[in-house]
Amino acid sequence: MDRRQFLQSTAAGLAAAGTGLQPMRAMAQGEPIRIGLMAPLTGVIASGGKEMVEGTQFWFEKINYQIAGRKVELIIEDDASNPDTALQKARRLVEQNNVHFLTGNLLANTGLAVANYVKGTGTPYFIPIIAADELTQRGRIPNVIRTAGYSGSAFPRPLADWALKQGYKRIATISQDYTFGHEQCGGFSQVFTEGGGTIVQQFWHPLNTADFSPYLGQIADLKIDALFVMETGADATRFTQQFNSFGLKGKIPLLGAMNMTDQSVIRTMGPEVEGIISAAHFAEGADISATKEFVEAYTKKYEKIPSLYGFSMYSGMMWVSRAIEKLGGKVEDKAALIEAVLKTELTDSPLGKPVKLDAYGNPIYDVYIRKVTKRADGKFWNVPVETYPAVSQFWKYDPEAFMKEPAFSRNYQGVKKS
Amino acid sequence: MSLFQLLNGLTFAALLFVVASGFTLIFGLLRIVNLAHGALYLFGGYIGFTIATKIGSFTLGIVGAMAAVAVMGFALNEGLLRFVRGFELRQVLLSLGVAFVLNDMSLVIWGGDSFTVPIPEELTGGFRVFGTFYPKYRLFVLLMGVLIFIGLWVLINKTRLGALIRAGVDDAEMVEAAGINIQRVFLMTFLLGSALAGMGGVMGGAFLSLYPSADSEILVFSLAIVIIGGRGSLIGVGVGSLMVGLLNTLGQVMFPELAYFVIFGPMAAILAFRPMGLFGKAV
Amino acid sequence: MSGVSRSKSPMGALVVLAILAVGVIAPFFLSRYQIGLATQILIFGMLAMSIDILVGFTGRTSLGHGAIFGASTYVVLYCVTQSGLSPYLAVLLGIATATVLAAIFALLAVRTNGVYFLLLTLALGMIVWGICLRWTQVTGGENGLRGDIRPKALSDYKDFYWFILALAALVTFGIRRFVQSPFGLTLRGIRDSDSRMRSLGYNVPLHLFIGFTMSGFFAGVAGAFYAFFNNFVSPSTVALTQSVESLLMAIIGGVGTLYGSFIGASALIALQNLVSSHTERWQSVLGITFTLIMIFAPEGIVGKFRALREKYANKH
Repeated sequence: MDRRQFLQSTAAGLAAAGTGLQPMRAMAQGEPIRIGLMAPLTGVIASGGKEMVEGTQFWFEKINYQIAGRKVELIIEDDASNPDTALQKARRLVEQNNVHFLTGNLLANTGLAVANYVKGTGTPYFIPIIAADELTQRGRIPNVIRTAGYSGSAFPRPLADWALKQGYKRIATISQDYTFGHEQCGGFSQVFTEGGGTIVQQFWHPLNTADFSPYLGQIADLKIDALFVMETGADATRFTQQFNSFGLKGKIPLLGAMNMTDQSVIRTMGPEVEGIISAAHFAEGADISATKEFVEAYTKKYEKIPSLYGFSMYSGMMWVSRAIEKLGGKVEDKAALIEAVLKTELTDSPLGKPVKLDAYGNPIYDVYIRKVTKRADGKFWNVPVETYPAVSQFWKYDPEAFMKEPAFSRNYQGVKKS
Repeated sequence: MSLFQLLNGLTFAALLFVVASGFTLIFGLLRIVNLAHGALYLFGGYIGFTIATKIGSFTLGIVGAMAAVAVMGFALNEGLLRFVRGFELRQVLLSLGVAFVLNDMSLVIWGGDSFTVPIPEELTGGFRVFGTFYPKYRLFVLLMGVLIFIGLWVLINKTRLGALIRAGVDDAEMVEAAGINIQRVFLMTFLLGSALAGMGGVMGGAFLSLYPSADSEILVFSLAIVIIGGRGSLIGVGVGSLMVGLLNTLGQVMFPELAYFVIFGPMAAILAFRPMGLFGKAV
Repeated sequence: MSGVSRSKSPMGALVVLAILAVGVIAPFFLSRYQIGLATQILIFGMLAMSIDILVGFTGRTSLGHGAIFGASTYVVLYCVTQSGLSPYLAVLLGIATATVLAAIFALLAVRTNGVYFLLLTLALGMIVWGICLRWTQVTGGENGLRGDIRPKALSDYKDFYWFILALAALVTFGIRRFVQSPFGLTLRGIRDSDSRMRSLGYNVPLHLFIGFTMSGFFAGVAGAFYAFFNNFVSPSTVALTQSVESLLMAIIGGVGTLYGSFIGASALIALQNLVSSHTERWQSVLGITFTLIMIFAPEGIVGKFRALREKYANKH
């Protein structure tokens, strides 16, 4: 949707509201499907937000903003990387723009704030990026579904298993000190210690740590086989850079959370990223025709290799669109929409293999162990080196029993006492 | 604290010194708490990054960033602050408005990706310092911090401009009464202070990287330093930078949960009991 | 600054009543979303007004009020979601916390003035923010605290709006009485000249201490009910931006005018909501607006209006 169209819809909404009349919302098929997309277009992670919008538009352009014969009206709001703003925008989209469903948000706290709000309104809310475990586990809200998203603790588990197979015995973790980090490190530590490995030490640092040197000094002295690193955004850039400049690259192998080597981070970086191992459902360098096709088309249009953000929004919206097609375009019935999305198996996504949701609204993926590799043109990307099929967010545990354990936090990392 | 951590603290302090010295010069003489200083730092960093990647010269990057940011400082001082001269709080709040705009503009121009200023070949790699490996670039930052301290000390204590600045910090009206064009001294100081912010941006951008919100982080550190050291005091900003740099490292190593408290606790205490800072003079 | 005494005239009282009446019947004409915005404006208007007590009547500009406000929000959410207290009791505890916090701020800050006061309150606010961010067990860290905490009696959005409207009227009345009391007059004396009041034998630090604490109390009231409004709190509620924005509201409206705070809050919240859906560059718009106000209308919207009216009245 271009800005003019967007202005018109807003102006119409305002005009209607200004006279005090609520626009009559007939459930006619002629009405467009209104989608509220929230993304951080300003603030710390603005570049990720921009890619979220691009990924979403890329999908809807592909289907000409038409689902099951109904026009799609995409309303984009900036959540400013701030949960209070996100909440305000969610209210606006639901109460003023009467959107049929919400999607987007990047930072966990913005997503959790919106989830708490839609819990009361029942508005379907699809979260391809928000990874907070609790939303599809202990604190599940039926109308919040992680289409083409992933839960925080899920992917580090196969990575830990892989690390054990490499013969690593002693590993330390370093992570941003917030829930997303606690979950990723928790998933890793749990599987790694259950398999006989030792977590030597865990470092937690505040988000946006300018200077990692104090931690690097301690890490160098630990005598570890590998380091698990959970960093996002600018912290990831800085950590990798400083790790390299302190001469630790090549001495201690790096295992990263998927965000660590996402395109959004490595596309501005150089050889210091080469060789970092991470685990994820998507690898832009995978030798699969569907993936290649998507990556090429996206790169051509936006002049950059797609990141997790672009990919996830694209696939997430594809998922919801397929479900709406099955409903014949009837998005007004919230319960039916949620039901349809839960039952939809996504077959033609850029992943190139079918994906379905578990009973808790979280997708089950084949997870790649990926390695950052240099391309012929000098750019870096993630290439799969191994695949773990059908990884559940509960790994190999029984969901009910698993959810009785405490949620991951700084103090509970699921570490098995030996 | 090991030697390694001491070096970490010192190198970080050196960078903070470069940025905060510009801040304190402006605050000391013009009485302006320039809340756009962080935005100037970030802008400088981005400009330095662009030059260094396009032309391939780190030195040119620093020079270009200093010049560009000095020009921006000139525009800010002559174009906007001029209208609110003499009103302390209006100046502070106006600079805050400018900071909003500058940050948004840098987002428009460079997008929100994090960038790292490329450093010259000679400065990559590291030395062994008493058995610990230490990156050359960080030692270079430390050296630059010391050199700039000396340079500023000479400027302020040994030159005519410095004498005017010193006199101006104590009593600007007296200087004016002596037939000196104090406005020109003000302008020179503002340009110098801004240029230092730009330089800090390039130096910092090479190891702390550049990203939206880096401006407010560095600004908060600068504020802490100036509050601790006292308005317009070069020694004060030196001591303040050392304290903040070392406390920051110490806090991260020993009290990770209290990382912010370790810096702002002492700062609040100093401000409460010595409102003018350790080396500030009463107005 | 002629202060609030102007609206003592019968005309002024009528205007206030008329505005209040419009406020009362507004929900019948507004959409749900707009009523939400109006509620938000009232809450932030109260916060801005609490800042105005300091800025407008003691000449001290605080950049720490967001932290005082947010501390109250945190306490309310914590008490209800984690300790299972009744929301009403939680509100009282939240306000008490904010008041105590303000008293601590005040103890440290009353010896300073001008830019130093601003910087000290900023630093103290940063400490509160740091604690909220890092004390994960209690504050939920970056993700904050959330839950459905608004009491049943206020669960309807219109009822909640009317409740907040009544509260705002009460707070406005309270603050007005406070600044017009002999105590308030002393504060104004301090604003105009510290040293004169000192030489007249007034205990200036004590007056400032009480003024700051009262201001914190009102900020706490706003913060506690913000918890009901949002059902959510995170470090961004206590962050510097919050302090800055609420100070902007007080300034845009007009420092020392009290009522201006609501106008400032309306202007800023409207800007955020309307401009931001037309352009992503709302931060620039905000910055430019603020810069221009500092240059051309530092007395704010209400202040400017009064100045113009006085000028007009003097001509005739």
